[in-house]
Amino acid sequence: MTGETIDKQTVMNAVEKAVQRYGASRDELIPILNDVNRSLGYIPAEAIEEISKLLKVSRSQLFTVASFYHMLSTKPRGKHVIQFCESAPCHVAGGREVWVTLKDTLKLESGETSPDGLWTLITTSCLGVCGVGPVILVDDDIYGNVTPDQIAGILARYH
Amino acid sequence: MKYYRSHVLVSVDPECVKRGAHEILDALQDELVAEGLIDEVQVLETSRIGDPAQGPDMMVYPEGTHYIGLTANDIPYIVKEHFLKGRVAAKFVAPEKAAVESELSAPTIKEIRVVLRNCGKIDPENIEEYIAEDGYMALAKVLTDCTPDQVIDMVMRSGLRGRGGAGFPTAKKWSLARDAVLPEKYIICNADEGDPGAFMNRLVLESDPHSVVEGMIIAAYAIGAVRGYIYCRAEYPIAVRTLNLAIRQARSMGLLGDNILGTNFSFDLEVRMGAGAFVCGEETALMSSIEGKRGEPRPRPPFPAVKGLWGRPTNINNVETYANVPQIILKGPEWFASMGTEKSKGTKTFALAGDVSHTGLIEVPFGISLREIVYDVGGGIKDGKGFKAIQTGGPMGGCLPAQFLDLPVDYETLGQAGSIMGSGGMIIMDDETCMVDIARFFMEFTQDESCGKCTPCRVGTRRILEILERICAGKGKHGDIETLEMLCKEIKTTSLCGLGQGAPNPVESTLKHFRHEYEAHIYEKRCPAKVCKSLIRYEISPEACTGCTVCARNCPVTAITGERRHAHIINPDTCIRCGICMQVCNFNAISIK
Repeated sequence: MTGETIDKQTVMNAVEKAVQRYGASRDELIPILNDVNRSLGYIPAEAIEEISKLLKVSRSQLFTVASFYHMLSTKPRGKHVIQFCESAPCHVAGGREVWVTLKDTLKLESGETSPDGLWTLITTSCLGVCGVGPVILVDDDIYGNVTPDQIAGILARYH
Repeated sequence: MKYYRSHVLVSVDPECVKRGAHEILDALQDELVAEGLIDEVQVLETSRIGDPAQGPDMMVYPEGTHYIGLTANDIPYIVKEHFLKGRVAAKFVAPEKAAVESELSAPTIKEIRVVLRNCGKIDPENIEEYIAEDGYMALAKVLTDCTPDQVIDMVMRSGLRGRGGAGFPTAKKWSLARDAVLPEKYIICNADEGDPGAFMNRLVLESDPHSVVEGMIIAAYAIGAVRGYIYCRAEYPIAVRTLNLAIRQARSMGLLGDNILGTNFSFDLEVRMGAGAFVCGEETALMSSIEGKRGEPRPRPPFPAVKGLWGRPTNINNVETYANVPQIILKGPEWFASMGTEKSKGTKTFALAGDVSHTGLIEVPFGISLREIVYDVGGGIKDGKGFKAIQTGGPMGGCLPAQFLDLPVDYETLGQAGSIMGSGGMIIMDDETCMVDIARFFMEFTQDESCGKCTPCRVGTRRILEILERICAGKGKHGDIETLEMLCKEIKTTSLCGLGQGAPNPVESTLKHFRHEYEAHIYEKRCPAKVCKSLIRYEISPEACTGCTVCARNCPVTAITGERRHAHIINPDTCIRCGICMQVCNFNAISIK
């Protein structure tokens, strides 16, 4: 999961593995894209082209699906992806201050990746752990009851 | 099955394992053998119980004693005290507070647990524990004793309505799908619980997946479906894992697959994962997503029951709806219909969030008042503040003020009051909440989640958001309120799916019940709740200020000036309203005007 371009072989391997796992069927498109996104960090253009050949679905149709879902990215993402839950229960529990602190600390706006390729900051829909809002998710680690002054400490764990 | 007098559930949450949960398990085993209790006390592994930071912890049933902060050395003492002498080992018992903070605490007096009955009680990864709680008995009864029509009749007499939010009678949906002529019917469980603040379905899927699987098999039998899908959102990875395991276990026991329980009924189930799109909770969008397409809704009719997944008759229900079905079959439709109101039967799960003392899941019978939910079940408003509003039904619901607190909760009354039942999220707001800001916030959400297919929703939500942003920024003007009202009405009547039709609800309801706040923002350029940054000013009281300079030194934009030991002044033009000065002031000299 890096911001640099991924070599073609890695992309091909990831696509092949995902298609093999689910079968080369249009119905399995979203699970396939999910897997590719997970192993490469995003869905590069080469991956779309390869899936298009294997599934016999046009590239435009693939792109329209890949760009529709929040969890799929057609742009490279940073080494660590920080997801901020922007839902109402987190908002009411003080989420806005956490969001402002995150943006200030990382010097990123929503959807941006830092120039060193270390961080990507995005918002996410409700993660369903509203009892402990505000919530942020760094890669697969979930943090609850987050306060603005904890942000620096949380980020420091990923350097 | 073997019976034990006590069951010990040890949390094997990763954090607890790191802190020695496996050593606790070994020590328990050794000590119970040594005391000759191994045939009386069963030791089981379970998922997270309390706060893992206080772990390792374990739960002893039937008493429900929660022991925390354990080490292997403490086990002999606890075994002797608890199981031999029958006394609670008080020094390891979790304080009351811990239970309140968990997602699902012990039921309060107003609660009835039907859907959540097994949650936290059984091991979700072990089908036998579900079977021990009468699991799959309803399925056996249905397959051996009932015709599909009898099943539908029972569900009809129970009065069960769709728990996804719209409240459509479940039996009616089933009989439509049953009567559909095309062969090869499908059944779908909508587990795309996207409403912010609602996580009832996640808990059911993670802690009692078999109740949903059983409900789906029964529904499949009733309508004659061959295959089923559980569409679960990708934000719930644990639920997906638990469901897959549950399906595998059910299949290996002959409860799924060919010739279920030796009858000639065959049906199989698989889990489909979403990829993060709120609109996929809408049934037609959900079906597009299963088909591998963009999750965009399509016009109805044709309804899914006639032409659904891959053009075949399809029945879609929510997680909670299916989870109710086995209980209705087992305990009888009359039992179910005895709970609730005339038109809304049974119980409903809600997720309480926001400024209420006890956030988390509750399950209450229909007809309970909002006041009972907020004060008796939820423990009232946090920090002793006042109640301002309750938002029901998720982002497309409405905000109801205090005068609606005595409203009995059911599908009809909430609708009449200008809100909706929705999936069951409830956000409680205290008197320091700005309702215009809240409306703007919800609009931001629906605007972002609009799939873009139909114009009223795509463009209309954008226009509403722009106006609300302007109002919150202190640039509201005459006519804004009227424009908002007109936009709300038109989006509601012309949008294609539930998302657009419901999107104006938060704005419409706040306009109706908190109009004075809009007026204060627009005409007086004032935010009564002191939330909207552009409409507030930080001021230093010259009497209280000691001139200690701490505020001036901490101000990030050097907006505060003043000499040492003399009252300081904030320059409102430079001030960015970050509030740091107020936080650092030791003399409470700074206030918001």
